[in-house]
Amino acid sequence: MKSLAELAEIKARTIDSVIMPSGSGRMRVVVGMATCGIAAGASPVLDELVKDVKEAGISDRVMVSQTGCIGVCQYEPVVEVHEADKEKVTYVKMTAEKAREVFEKHIQGGEVIYDYTINAANA
Amino acid sequence: MAEAINNEAARHTSLEATSFYKAQCRVALRNCGVIDPESIDEYIAMDGYAALGKALTEMTPEQVIQEVIDSGLRGRGGGGFPTGKKWSFTAANKADQKYVVCNADEGDPGAFMDRSVLEGDPHCIIEAMELCGYATGATEGYVYVRAEYPIAVKRLTKAIEDAKAYGLLGKDIFGTGFNFDLHIRLGAGAFVCGEETALMTSIEGNRGEPRPRPPYPAVKGLFAKPTTENNVETFANVPQIILRGASFFNSMGTERSKGTKVFALGGKINNTGLVEVPMGTTLRQIVEDVGGGVPNGKKFKAAQTGGPSGGCIPASMIDIEIDYDNLVSQGAMMGSGGLIVMDEDTCMVDIAKFFLNFTVDESCGKCTPCRVGTRRLYEILEKITSGNGTLEDLDRMEELCKYIKDNSLCGLGQTAPNPVLSTYTRFKDEYIAHVVEKRCPAGVCKALMRITIDPDKCRGCTACARVCPVGAISGTVKQPHEIDQTKCIKCGACMEKCRFGAISKK
Repeated sequence: MKSLAELAEIKARTIDSVIMPSGSGRMRVVVGMATCGIAAGASPVLDELVKDVKEAGISDRVMVSQTGCIGVCQYEPVVEVHEADKEKVTYVKMTAEKAREVFEKHIQGGEVIYDYTINAANA
Repeated sequence: MAEAINNEAARHTSLEATSFYKAQCRVALRNCGVIDPESIDEYIAMDGYAALGKALTEMTPEQVIQEVIDSGLRGRGGGGFPTGKKWSFTAANKADQKYVVCNADEGDPGAFMDRSVLEGDPHCIIEAMELCGYATGATEGYVYVRAEYPIAVKRLTKAIEDAKAYGLLGKDIFGTGFNFDLHIRLGAGAFVCGEETALMTSIEGNRGEPRPRPPYPAVKGLFAKPTTENNVETFANVPQIILRGASFFNSMGTERSKGTKVFALGGKINNTGLVEVPMGTTLRQIVEDVGGGVPNGKKFKAAQTGGPSGGCIPASMIDIEIDYDNLVSQGAMMGSGGLIVMDEDTCMVDIAKFFLNFTVDESCGKCTPCRVGTRRLYEILEKITSGNGTLEDLDRMEELCKYIKDNSLCGLGQTAPNPVLSTYTRFKDEYIAHVVEKRCPAGVCKALMRITIDPDKCRGCTACARVCPVGAISGTVKQPHEIDQTKCIKCGACMEKCRFGAISKK
């Protein structure tokens, strides 16, 4: 890399996939895939979400990604749904089956499954 | 959209809305759980490598060091040495080659801060090491990471490859003529290799043993060249300090400990996890708010910080503001950030024995005070917990602790007696109970434990007698049973089996 301009260019083309721009209606779904998450069973959860989004052909609107440690050991595997203009949704103790449900109801249907969130688990 | 937010307001859905998260403030962990660690583009999107760009194009090496000094950042590996000062020592030494070393040999039982950073945000370590290289005049770096962290190694390896492909690592970075190359070295799991001189000896390809200081690494470190060594978490703070300025960082924390600290919260606590809080947060906030308190309505007894090198903070000190100096003044230390919460069922002598057993195992054997001293100390503790200790043993134990601290070659031995000294100072009555009354107040030490059946509660169902693996329980049906203390191995199987709560341990 020879200049700061190149760095700025990469930032400019990537930022919208990390921080959802307002009004875009886009979603970013991350699965905690650090050692702790993987040990708790995050891999099948990630696989399920990747598969669902791909099959539905909505990868231009919904991005699924792995991420590092989210910090809540006893709630792993954790899935977080970031959506433009909305509070993030933190789903805990996920399984591939629950992930499928989240995909159908929340990611496609727009309805948060409150019972699976950390706030329900913590209440 | 705004309406939708209002309608949902009553029921939060995010981690950030929980009490676990509210007291937290993420600097070192800012990208962990946010970006894809295997995507360099996402790191760049979150202002990654912008600090490096700023330093290389706008700042002199001296200015970079000054910014780090002004930030007040201190070593997060445990000792708390001012990072900027450490960098300035290396910078001051002239040499044809200098090195930057990242200590990712995280060995404290129950600690996983460094692993999480490497797995969640590997590029920030690369960027920070380059900043350190620029500041100190080093062009080569080594990350020494445990082989037990395969995912961290994999992601770091990919990060290095990606950074090289983008020209963010290698030759003539940002066209400024600055070169930096980075290597990974895998540790074989020896705890002593987390000690800086032993770590460098290990990188050089020799058996991981410490060497006497001075000469300090800043003068004669890796391959006998001036070397700066910092811990993963220390490095993780650096890009933010350079990018946002020293004042961003030193506005957080206490008088002498700035910024935040990551803790691996574990033990008898409701919310185990990885937490990052500003320095000066009280232990009470961490245990009660972030940690959600002690489970099963048990009482908080103490928190152990600093792992096998640290000490414990008793419940009476729960309002202590956690920073380097406060912890040291209480006979504990920050350590790398393991924070183990203990409840009333924890025996402090047993805890001291646990940590000492770890150091006995991990002592590299080079110097006698550590190799033999910790072994003898462990034997005294074993004598106490088996009910054979005397008051003279306690005096001998204290004396031996001081001797090991004063005479060991490296930090491993110098801090090994800390768990013993700290529990002995804070919980002397428990040691006395073991020695004088031959009693373990927490009911942990098996040799001092008696399991008995309350004849008033026993219905004579014979369940306990049937489950006892050594046939220590006798009695006839529908008559109170009895335990033969000479046969009992204190396994507790009878207690679990009894449906009438008639069996208890003392």
